Amino acid sequence: MLPWQIYLRPQTLAEVRQALDSAPKPVLPIAGGTDLLLDLRQGRHAPVQTLVDLTAVAEMTVIELRGEHLFIGAAVPVSRVHSDPLVARHARALTEASALIAGPQVRNVATLGGNVAHALPAADGTIALLALDTQAEIAAISGENRIVPLSQLFLGPGKSAIDKNKEIIVGFYIQVLEASEAFKVSSCFKRIMRPQGVALPIINCAIWLAREGDRIRDIRIAVGPGGPIPFRATKAEAVLRGQTPTNETIERALIALLDQVQFRTSPRRASADYRRHLVGGLFRDVIESAWERAG
Amino acid sequence: MSNQITLTVNGQSHTLPAIPGEMLADLLRKRLRLTGTKIGCQEAECGACTVIVDGEPVLSCVYPAERANGKTVLTIEGLASTSAPLPKEDEQGMGIKLHPLQEAFVQHGAVQCGFCIPGQIMTAYALLQRNPNPTRDDIRAALKDTLCRCAGYPTIENAIQAAAHALRTGEPVPPPHIPDSVHAHKVVGHRHIRPDAVEKVTGKALYTDDLVFDRMLYAAVRRAMVPHAFLKKLDVSKARALPGVAAVLTTEDIPGEKTHGLVIYDWPVMIGLGERIRYVGDALAIVAAETPEIAEQAAALIEAEFDLQPPILDPVQARQEGVPQIHEKGNLLKHIKVRKGDMEQGFAEAEVILEHTFHTPATDHAFLEPECSIAVPLPNGRMEIYVGSQIPYQDRTQVARALGWPEERVRIVGQLMGGGFGGKEDIAGQIHAALLAHATGRPVKLLFDRRESLLVHPKRHATQIRVKVGAKKDGRLTAVETELYGDTGAYASLGEKVMTRATTHSAGPYDIPHVRADCYAMYTNNPPAGAFRGFGVLQSAFAVESMMDMLAEKLNLDPIELRRMNALHVGSITNTGQELRDSVGLTECIDRVSDAMSRVSGLPRGELFKPRPAPNAPHLVRAWGFAAAYKNTGLGGGAPDKSGADVELYEDGTFETRSSAAELGQGLVTVMRLAVAEELSLHPDLVRVLVMDTDLTPDGGPTTASRQTYVTGNAARLAARTLREQISAVLAEKYDVRPEQVRFEDSKVHINGHTLTYAEVYREMTALGQRPRVRYEYEAPKTQPLGTGGDMHFAYSFAAQAAEVEVNTLTGEVRVLRVISANDVGAAINPLGLQGQVEGGVMMGLGHALTEEFIVEGGQVVTDRLARYRIPGIQLTPEITAIIVEHPTAEGPYGAKGVGEIVSIPTPPAITNAIYNAVGVRIDRLPVDQEKIAAALWERKQNTSPADKT
Repeated sequence: MLPWQIYLRPQTLAEVRQALDSAPKPVLPIAGGTDLLLDLRQGRHAPVQTLVDLTAVAEMTVIELRGEHLFIGAAVPVSRVHSDPLVARHARALTEASALIAGPQVRNVATLGGNVAHALPAADGTIALLALDTQAEIAAISGENRIVPLSQLFLGPGKSAIDKNKEIIVGFYIQVLEASEAFKVSSCFKRIMRPQGVALPIINCAIWLAREGDRIRDIRIAVGPGGPIPFRATKAEAVLRGQTPTNETIERALIALLDQVQFRTSPRRASADYRRHLVGGLFRDVIESAWERAG
Repeated sequence: MSNQITLTVNGQSHTLPAIPGEMLADLLRKRLRLTGTKIGCQEAECGACTVIVDGEPVLSCVYPAERANGKTVLTIEGLASTSAPLPKEDEQGMGIKLHPLQEAFVQHGAVQCGFCIPGQIMTAYALLQRNPNPTRDDIRAALKDTLCRCAGYPTIENAIQAAAHALRTGEPVPPPHIPDSVHAHKVVGHRHIRPDAVEKVTGKALYTDDLVFDRMLYAAVRRAMVPHAFLKKLDVSKARALPGVAAVLTTEDIPGEKTHGLVIYDWPVMIGLGERIRYVGDALAIVAAETPEIAEQAAALIEAEFDLQPPILDPVQARQEGVPQIHEKGNLLKHIKVRKGDMEQGFAEAEVILEHTFHTPATDHAFLEPECSIAVPLPNGRMEIYVGSQIPYQDRTQVARALGWPEERVRIVGQLMGGGFGGKEDIAGQIHAALLAHATGRPVKLLFDRRESLLVHPKRHATQIRVKVGAKKDGRLTAVETELYGDTGAYASLGEKVMTRATTHSAGPYDIPHVRADCYAMYTNNPPAGAFRGFGVLQSAFAVESMMDMLAEKLNLDPIELRRMNALHVGSITNTGQELRDSVGLTECIDRVSDAMSRVSGLPRGELFKPRPAPNAPHLVRAWGFAAAYKNTGLGGGAPDKSGADVELYEDGTFETRSSAAELGQGLVTVMRLAVAEELSLHPDLVRVLVMDTDLTPDGGPTTASRQTYVTGNAARLAARTLREQISAVLAEKYDVRPEQVRFEDSKVHINGHTLTYAEVYREMTALGQRPRVRYEYEAPKTQPLGTGGDMHFAYSFAAQAAEVEVNTLTGEVRVLRVISANDVGAAINPLGLQGQVEGGVMMGLGHALTEEFIVEGGQVVTDRLARYRIPGIQLTPEITAIIVEHPTAEGPYGAKGVGEIVSIPTPPAITNAIYNAVGVRIDRLPVDQEKIAAALWERKQNTSPADKT
C-alpha cells in the first residue's frame, strides 16, 4: 500500500488548519518525517490519504526572541537549531542535544516538533526542552492557539497528548533569563550510547540551573528514559535548590533522583540496573558542566 | 498546492506530475534515470542515497518527492560540472572531467565496491562547501551516518582532505603515501587505480537495480515468517485476482528440480503443501506484477496456514537426543575431526592446563547493495540473468536445474556488486526471477529490500567453542583440544566447508605436537549460515587467541613471546599434517607489530599490556592487546581449484582479459589487469577487464576462500604469458630472429631495431591467420582431504594485530584507539587496493568485536532492519597502521597469496585481550557487552569497598 495519496505543502498556519480540516481523511501533519515516513513504510502506521507538510509554514520555521522568550518554530530543522546563535546563548542544552539527534543528513530535515510529537521518553531534543522548562504552542483546526507546558504533551511511551489529526505543535517558548549581578544561568545536555543494537541513547540527562555565587538558585533536571513519559527529577531539584553543589549535596540529590526515577529494562539495550548504575556518573558530569558554565 | 513538481536537478529544470507515495530517490532514479543515487536501506540509516537539496545533504530515500518542489537538487552526476576545470594531471589517463573530490577518491583508492561512494562524495561535498579546511573530526562528524561496508574510512578521510587541499589551493590533488611492494616489478607491486574507479565516482557505474528492461515486471516473495512448521494450506487466489498481477507461482509450477544449494541440494526453491518449513525466510509463493507495489500487495494477499512445530534454536540443542530432526538425514550436517599426535601424552606432558568455553554470534554481511536479480527471457528460448553474484557459473547450474534446462540455455550476466563478503554466493532471487520470467515471457526484476536481505541470505555461523590447552611452564604448547558447535541454520549452504575451516584452524597458527578438534555443524531453525569473510576462522581465532592470553597470564609470560615461541614457521607440521615449505611470515608479522606498538605509543614493551589511565581522565583506562592468525588461501581439502582466463589483443592495440571470477569490490579486476600488463609490458590502461559473464568469460570458479588473486591472477598471468610467447614466435619467424630477441617494452614490441605497436602486432598475427587470443585454465597445486595428511591447502596467509583500547570504567564503554595490522600476503600486487582491504578488514573485525550481532529469538529475526543491526561507521574508526609482510609463495602470481579474509580474523581477540589488559574483564562472548563490563567493575568495587571503609 502506498503510504500516502495526497501531499500538501501549506505556506501558512491558516492553510494548515484548512488542510487538516478539509483534506481527504485520514490526514496527518508531517514535519521532517524521518520517523513518520519509516513508520508508514514499515507498516507501524496505517497508510493515510493526506500528508500535510509543515516545513514550509512561515510561522513554524523561525527562531526569534519574543519578549522574555526564545521562540523556536516546530518545523525548524534540527541542524538549524544546532547552529543558531540565539539557541546557543539561551538554551545550550538544546544546542548540545541537537548535535546528537540522529545523523547529519537526518538533522537537515528532522525537527524538534517531530521529536516531541513522537513522545519518546528518551528523545534527546525532548529531554533538553524539558530541562529548559519549555512551553509549547499548539494550533488546532479551530480556535485560538494555546500554550501548554511541554510536560503536558506526553501520555505514555510513544503516546502524545496531541491529536495529530486535528492539532499541531507550532513552536516552543523557552524563557530567557539574562545574566545579572545576582545570578547566572546555563544548561548542559549529555548522553551515553551503546554501539550495539537500536540507535537510541541508553540514558541521557539535561540540566538547567541558575547560579548565585556558590549556591544553586534554581535548577531543573531531566533524565531519559526515566519513566513512561519524559522525566523531571523534581525531588533531586528540591534537594539542590538553595544549596552549594558539593559531593555531599550531589550525592543526596542522586539518592532523591534514584528514589523518584522509574528506570526500566529495555531488552538488548540496557537493564534498569545498568541505568541506575550509569545515571550517577552522568548526573554528576552534567551538573558539573552546567555549574561551571554559570560561573 | 499543485499536483506537479517543478525542481532543478543538476542545473536542469524538470516539471513532473506528482506520484502518490513517491520519494525523491525514486524520482531521481526511476523518472530521471539518475541512478548514481543508491538505495541501501530505505530506512535512513546508511546514507547511500544522500543528495544535496538547496545546499544541504539529505537522505533522498526518506524525502517526499513533492517536498522538493521549487528546490535545487545536486546529485553525483552533476557534481563534476560544479567545479572549475582541474589543472591537468592526467597520468592515469582518466580523460574526463572530475570534481576534485571524485579525483581524490579515485587516486587514493577510497573506491572499492563503490556502492556507498556517491553518498560519501555528496556528503563530503556539502561539508567542504561550508568548511573548506576540515579537520579529521569535522569529517567524521559530517560522515557519521554515511556507511561504507568495505570500510576504507581512513582512506576516505585522506581523500577528502586531499580534495579540500586541491580546492583551496588550485593545486592538483595530492597523491596518497603508500609504499610499493618490496618485490615490485614493472607494473605489479606499484600503486594503481581500479579500472572501474572513475565510473564509480561519477555515478555512471550500473548495479543490477539500476537496469530496466522493456515490459519488465517486478517480483515479490511470500515468505513463511514462521521458523518451523508444516505448510497446511496455501491460497493464492486473491493474489492472482489482483489487477496488475501477471503471475503467481508455487512449488508445483517449478518445471525442473525443486531444490537448490551450493554443495548439498537441500534448500527448497519453494515450500509445497505438507512440506516442512525450516526458517522464517522460506519461500511459499512468488509473484510478478506490473509495479513493485502491486507485487508486494499481492504477496501479502497470499494466505497460508501452518502446523507449527517447536523450533530448534541452537546447535547444542540440535544435537540433543529426542529433539525434532529437521532434515531427513537428521540435524547433524557434519561431524568434523582433526587428529594429530596423542592427546593423553600431550596433556600428561603439560605443566599447566587451561580450559574455557567461548561464544560468537551470527552476523550479517550487510553489504550495502541488497540482492537484486533480473531474469530476461530471450526470443531464441534462452534466459539471461542479470545479477551480482560471487559464483556466476554456480548460479547458471542452479537456475538451469530449476528450469529443467541444459546449462547452456542460461546466461548469467554478472553486474557490479555493492559488496559481497561471502553473502552473495548462495542463490537469493535468481531462480525465483527466472521462474517468473519463464512463466510470463517478460523480464522480471526481484529486488530485496534491506529487511528481506537480512531475513533471507545465509549469515556467519554462530558458534560455541571450548578450548583446552596444555603447556610447559616456559610456554611451549604441548596439546590443544577444541570442541566446536556451529549453527548452520536451516540449510547446508557452505556450512560444512565453513565449519571445517573453523575446526582445522581452531588451535591457532601454532606448531603443536598434539591436537584434537571435534566440530558439530548442526542444522537449526535459524536463518542459514554460510560463507562470510573469515569463513569460520574468525570464530575459532577469537576462542584460541583469548586462550593464548589467558595462558600467558597464568604462566606470567609476555603474550607476544608466548605466541612467538609457538608460531608456525617454515618446516612446521600443521594440525592437519601439512608440512609448511615456504611463505610463513608469521614471526615477522608478530615482530613488526610488536615494534610498531612501542613506536607509536612510546611505551617500553613491558608496559604495553598494562593498564594506563588516560591523561586527565582517570576513569578512562587504556591498554594494548595482541592476537595472531592464519587463514588458508584457496578451496583446499582435495577440491580441484581451477580458474580460467582469456587474454585477447584487439585491432586497436588494446587488450581484454576475461574470467567469470567475481568482482565484489575487493579489486580482482585490478589484479587481472596488472598481471596482463606486467607480462606484456603494457600501460595498464590498455587492458580492459570483463568478468562474471557465463557466455563471454571462462569459469573462474567461486569467489571465496581468498582464492581469486592466486588462481585467477595466475590464470590471467599465464594466459598473457602464453600470448606473449605466441607473439614472440610469430615475430621471430617474420624477422628471422630467435624468439628471445623479441623484446616487450613500453607497450610496444621491439625486434632488432624494429618497433611495432600492438595494433601492428595484431595485423601481423591476423595476416598469418592467427587470432591473438589465449585461454588459459590454471589449476592450483593439488591438495589433500582432511584426515589424509599432506597438503590440505596450497598456501596460508598469516597475520598479527595489536589493538589499543580505552575502557570507561564508569560506563563500560569501549573505544578502540589504534590498530596495528601486519599481514603476510606473499607479495603486494596493488598496494593501493591492499590498503583498502586492510582498513576494511580491521573495521569489519572491529564491528564483530563491538557492534554486530544478528539476533534471532525463537527463530524470529530481531535484527531485521539496519537500524537494529549496527555496522561500524567512520566515528568508530581507530588509527590504523597497515604493515605489509611479503613472504612470497612459490606458485602464487608474483608470489602473492590471499588477503581478503586474513585481516579481520585477529581483530576481535586483539580488542578483547586489550579490554582484559585494561580492566581485567575477560570477554568470552561476542560482541562485547559494555553493560557486562560495567557490572563486573561495579561488583569488584562493591567487594573491595568494605576494606576501603576501615
